[in-house]
Amino acid sequence: MKNKLSKASRRAFLTCAVVVAAFVALQSLASAGAMSSMLRGLLVPICAYVVMAISLNLTVGVLGELSLGHAGFMSVGAFTGVTAAAALQNLVASKELRLIAALLVGAIFAGIVGFLVGIPVLRLNGDYLAIVTLAFGEIIKSVFNNLYLGLDGHGFHLSLLDNKLRMEEGGRLIIGGPMGVGGIQKIANFATGFALIMLCLVVIFNLVNSRAGRAIMAIRDNRIAAESVGIPVTKYKMTAFVTSAAMAGAAGALFALNFSTIVANKFDFNTSILVLVFVVLGGLGNMLGSIVAAAALTVLPEALRQFADYRMLVYAIVLIAVMLLRNSPGIRAFTERARIRKGGEAE
Amino acid sequence: MKKALSLVLALVMALALVACGGGSSGSTSGGATAPAETTTPAEPATEPASPETGAQVFKLGGTGPLTGGAAIYGMAVKNAAELAVAEINAMDGDVRFELNFQDDAHDAEKAVNAYNTLKDWGMQLSLGSVTSTPCVATSAETYADRIFAITPSGSSTAVLEGKDNQFQMCFTDPNQGSASAQYIHDKALATKVAVIWKNDDVYSKGIYDTFMAAAPELGLDVVSDTTFADGSDTDFSVQIADAQSAGAELVFLPMYYTPASLIFAQAKAAGYAPIWFGVDGMDGILTLEGFDTSLAEGVMLLTPFNADADDAATRAFVEAYQAKYGEVPNQFAADAYDCVFAYKQALEQAGCTADMSAEALCDAMIAQFTTMTFDGLTGEGMTWGTDGAVTKSPKGMIIQNGAYVGLD
Repeated sequence: MKNKLSKASRRAFLTCAVVVAAFVALQSLASAGAMSSMLRGLLVPICAYVVMAISLNLTVGVLGELSLGHAGFMSVGAFTGVTAAAALQNLVASKELRLIAALLVGAIFAGIVGFLVGIPVLRLNGDYLAIVTLAFGEIIKSVFNNLYLGLDGHGFHLSLLDNKLRMEEGGRLIIGGPMGVGGIQKIANFATGFALIMLCLVVIFNLVNSRAGRAIMAIRDNRIAAESVGIPVTKYKMTAFVTSAAMAGAAGALFALNFSTIVANKFDFNTSILVLVFVVLGGLGNMLGSIVAAAALTVLPEALRQFADYRMLVYAIVLIAVMLLRNSPGIRAFTERARIRKGGEAE
Repeated sequence: MKKALSLVLALVMALALVACGGGSSGSTSGGATAPAETTTPAEPATEPASPETGAQVFKLGGTGPLTGGAAIYGMAVKNAAELAVAEINAMDGDVRFELNFQDDAHDAEKAVNAYNTLKDWGMQLSLGSVTSTPCVATSAETYADRIFAITPSGSSTAVLEGKDNQFQMCFTDPNQGSASAQYIHDKALATKVAVIWKNDDVYSKGIYDTFMAAAPELGLDVVSDTTFADGSDTDFSVQIADAQSAGAELVFLPMYYTPASLIFAQAKAAGYAPIWFGVDGMDGILTLEGFDTSLAEGVMLLTPFNADADDAATRAFVEAYQAKYGEVPNQFAADAYDCVFAYKQALEQAGCTADMSAEALCDAMIAQFTTMTFDGLTGEGMTWGTDGAVTKSPKGMIIQNGAYVGLD
């Protein structure tokens, strides 16, 4: 038991060390001016996608529930975070403070929405979470496509479907329905993105290695057995799901604040599936795998630009090749042997 | 398992670099990833000019959807820009271009990535982005980096707002909406009007808003106002039935052509035949694969370019485009063609040289575009305001026998 625990924390430290090393390497490259604009522009999106991937991994890999609407939480975080950043624009001078406030607001709202979605769904057995999160993603998209939110001296003004906001002079339309949010101040930066990844990793590893985490994994492995020993299934499912949603919200806020405009359609089913691909490719429950997959698959389509018309074809081929290789018996046997050898040394 | 994954990815990266290094004549940017390279290799004629002519080769970049649902626009712009660049380079003038056009799949995030790739390539002048949402995102980047941009078709007002170095070759969306209402009124086409629009699309919403604002003043009675959205854009029976039962004589369709093509087919099945009125997004419907062009018979649209016009410039352009790409150019192609030639004129008049930095070129271009008058395919005597919006007059067109025909 002791040995197993230390193995888990070794794994956690390894993951954190890889992230820190990657950050230091990229940051020094960037500050030395040796980084292409293309890669520099990708740094913050990579951070956002990495957080998305590890947060979804918590739901899919650790909790064992399939979520097909993770981009919906990202969307909630993006829109509320951007709104918070816009509202604080004249109140808080420091960019960093505004960014942190926006991430917090995004995380809180996404967490609340995750809680609301979870109340009915997490009580159910089977694949219902997948179906409901799928619908949730579509609903959120429609809501933000029809939501108008303005800010003036009297505070926030809200209207649905039509722009019926009656704002005083100098009021600012923040969310403009299908126009999304425009004129966002780009305050997201790589260092904050890195800090967010580290924070999420710490939260996830601590959760997984805690009493709650073991309960969550017990539910994943056998719900009936877990219930029979007195684990409150819904409560622990909710813990994992809301944590995952809140992280996705923070990722959404970070992502949105890196672009000057954001529209609800960006966070559609395709984005949810993209994040799911990161998780599956990286390995269920494997945080480092998710991080590597998210970073690699974000850079890959850009790095393949020289293939011009065949770019997405090559991208698809690479994806399939990686999936096949990952699951090929040869590679599996190889890693198995490596694991046994390592275990032998330890004994 | 991770080792295997990283090995494979490393292998792929290495392959990518090798492939690039082999086929590229271009520069390599410092960095861990593959260097940026032109995806649209220049025509033989566009190779860097011979030194004795002293011609200046400017690096011109742009992004647009070359894949995905809006690809027809991106391809049209790319093809026409290539054509214009080839023609200009063949003229042996002082100004020459090297074009690099990147795919953005009609997505703001990918457009910014594509823009950064172009920046690594050393882009001096930009064609912005083809579609509105990506163009809003890239215009913020070009503004921050002081690179001059004129978009052929990014028609949202947010593209221009608060940016002194962003210009448009097309009308802004609001302009299209009010111009359409004005046109319907002036030509007395109808008084009872139905509108079907896409309520999650910047382009559609922008036109809809100004159309609805202008309609009451012009005595147009909007009897049916229905919407659709991404994902619910295949069945229009409800919208069509609503317009039909309200007795609308004309249906205004501020949308791109893909949903419009379905509306035509489903309205025909429902036995409803009003006057269809579209805007520039309708342009391209005739080249949509698998579309029965007889369905679009009689569709009117407001667009600044008419491929059937018989002036020499349009005829030459349409012929050259058809010879090269095998289809009739649409308005997007014409706008892109005009953009490149407007650049040529502005660069010549300002006496710019290719060794100038993007920032210096930007200042020179702002000065030129706000003062010069340009005659192109999409209008005579075009001028630009300091806000970057173009002034030119739209032309009404109608689809007859599977071809666009000018109404005036």
